[in-house]
Amino acid sequence: MIQQILFILVTVAAFALAWRSFSRVRRNVLLGQDEEISGESGRRWRNVLLVSFGQSKMFTRWIPAVFHLFIYVAFLLTQVELIEIFIDGFSGQHRFFADKLGGFYTFVISFIEVLSILAFVATIIFLARRNVLKTPRFWKPEMKGWPRLDGNLILIFEIILLIGIFSMNGADVLLQDIDPQHYPETGQLAVSTWLGPALFGGLSEGALQAVERFGWWVHLLMVFVFLNYLPYSKHLHIFLAFPNTYYARLKPRGEMDNMPEVMNEVKSMMGLTEDGGGDAMDMDAELPEFGSNDVFTLSWKNILDAYSCTECGRCTSVCPANITGKKLSPRKVLMDIRDRAEEVGRNIESGNEEFAKDKSKPVSKDNYDDGKSLFDYTTPEELHACTTCNACVEACPVLINPLEPILKMRRYEILTLSQGPQEWVPMFTSMENSGSAWAIPDDRDKWAQEVEKGN
Amino acid sequence: MSNLNIPRMAALAAEGREPEILFWVGCAGSYDNRAQKVTVAFCKILNAVGVDYAILGNEEQCTGDPARRAGNEFIFQMLALQNIETLNMYNVKKIVTACPHCFNTLKNEYPALGGAYEVIHHTQLLQQLIDEGRIKMKEGGEFKGKRITYHDSCYMGRINGVYEAPRKVLEALDGELVEMKRCRTNGLCCGAGGAQMWKEDEPGNKRVNVERAEEALETGAGIIAANCPFCLTMMSDGVKAKDKQDDVMVYDLAELIVNNMDNQ
Repeated sequence: MIQQILFILVTVAAFALAWRSFSRVRRNVLLGQDEEISGESGRRWRNVLLVSFGQSKMFTRWIPAVFHLFIYVAFLLTQVELIEIFIDGFSGQHRFFADKLGGFYTFVISFIEVLSILAFVATIIFLARRNVLKTPRFWKPEMKGWPRLDGNLILIFEIILLIGIFSMNGADVLLQDIDPQHYPETGQLAVSTWLGPALFGGLSEGALQAVERFGWWVHLLMVFVFLNYLPYSKHLHIFLAFPNTYYARLKPRGEMDNMPEVMNEVKSMMGLTEDGGGDAMDMDAELPEFGSNDVFTLSWKNILDAYSCTECGRCTSVCPANITGKKLSPRKVLMDIRDRAEEVGRNIESGNEEFAKDKSKPVSKDNYDDGKSLFDYTTPEELHACTTCNACVEACPVLINPLEPILKMRRYEILTLSQGPQEWVPMFTSMENSGSAWAIPDDRDKWAQEVEKGN
Repeated sequence: MSNLNIPRMAALAAEGREPEILFWVGCAGSYDNRAQKVTVAFCKILNAVGVDYAILGNEEQCTGDPARRAGNEFIFQMLALQNIETLNMYNVKKIVTACPHCFNTLKNEYPALGGAYEVIHHTQLLQQLIDEGRIKMKEGGEFKGKRITYHDSCYMGRINGVYEAPRKVLEALDGELVEMKRCRTNGLCCGAGGAQMWKEDEPGNKRVNVERAEEALETGAGIIAANCPFCLTMMSDGVKAKDKQDDVMVYDLAELIVNNMDNQ
């Protein structure tokens, strides 16, 4: 009875807390601009099924993909066991499904156990890759401090969870012989039937009961810890990969989003508008801002991308700029967006008027100025190194597009700040004056004239 | 060699004619010494095969790709809208270009501005002409049995998914095609895209083109085949940086084909 009350209290508290932090994530994603992403639901579901569920893009590097798959499938299937834990916890019963499902129960639990062992192996290998083998992409500058700890913590949580599962099942197997009344027969479990006696054989009934309860509570509590840890962690990808692949860009990769406001302005300058330039810009109005310098001018999808990033660094490891020692790291661009969204979200939540643009009104998404921007996180030097080669876009296992925010920030730099690499100025001038990327005074078809002359 | 006649859109229009396909030359193809050779090689092929084409000549302007990717949308829009005016005035339906950046912008970005055309890359047209038997290759051409490695340009490969056409064209040369470690979807950029062509690399420990040239040299190929004027420059410079310019040549596919055609 005490256990039941405790269970209900812990469960309610865990979900209430999680609700609050997940709502914050949602609020932070919605700091971005509205962008209508809809249509082609067939292609979108296909991406969810293949890329998220099927992890198709993981398999371009098959060794980590296989181990990741172990953890992923074990995670998914453990949820089945979790259903029983919840039923047992609320009702005060023990192994609710055991006698109802019979042989199928044995099969399901055994299957989970085998996957848990595989997940355990994978977790150890992943820890070794990060800390012993030091896979370069986990040791880039942006991975110092919290990101590195975060990556390791998740793996350690994973191990604690597995210890819980095997303590619970292992002790249970022994208790089934001692007290079949309270511990219904589970059949021969693939792992615990031998691991249980090997670890806990010879313990008293009381000790076994304690081990079983310990395992049960550790399993449950680790699930709640996970749930509440996710919104602060790169591990959030286990949920956000699904919406992120659904809302992934379906337009051709090579198409940069058009800027209708610029197009219309240029059209009216060129006299191409039907009403003869009627919709020209009002020159007295506040100068419009183009491109993005902060989360408010990115799209909500760019911010969802940032929250979906699990910092695997596949993008960075194929980035030609990063490979050749430049500062640009596509992963860092995403991490910067998330950090900035977190900062802005926190400040808005604080209600502190120092963050209000107009001090007479309360601070909000539309009334915000903390004197900072995304450029305090991502420097122009990083942005200038991008070759737009799309290797990062191709590499991302959850269809994040790191290129889009880079190009939006370049637009801000050039169009709004009138800054950017000096070397681009002659290129722009030449394009504007002679319609060519190089300022060469010859006819554009001089080569043809030469050939026609037989030169 | 005999004089080559390069048809101009304006001249054809004056005769009331519309060619089947417009050859979009691009800035590099028009002004860059190295890329001009590719342009001429491609025109020789088109003339030899008898493709009904024309160029815009002085009416062509930069597509605006580097400006747009640098972030300068105003200049992009200016150039793009002017080009679309010109293309629509000549009622252009189909465009071929030897530049993957022009290809991408014409194909993927002009439609949103009111310019919708069928756009193909010159390697795709070459493959088609070879498949149709219109380009005939010499028996035992100069590249027979020679090692050739193919550098995927980002804008044809990863960005537009064209990996096979250029490789099929290379097969016609009867050479031995060797792949670099990073190829196809995983191909490494030459370092020129996104307006990098017009600026120095940002501070780092190596230039991107040198990294790529080293990889190409590792294959032991005597010929690096490219399909993009910017890749051509970058790879040539990279090979030069490794002091291998006497042993390893960098060519565009059109150049490789034109010297080994049997068409009269």
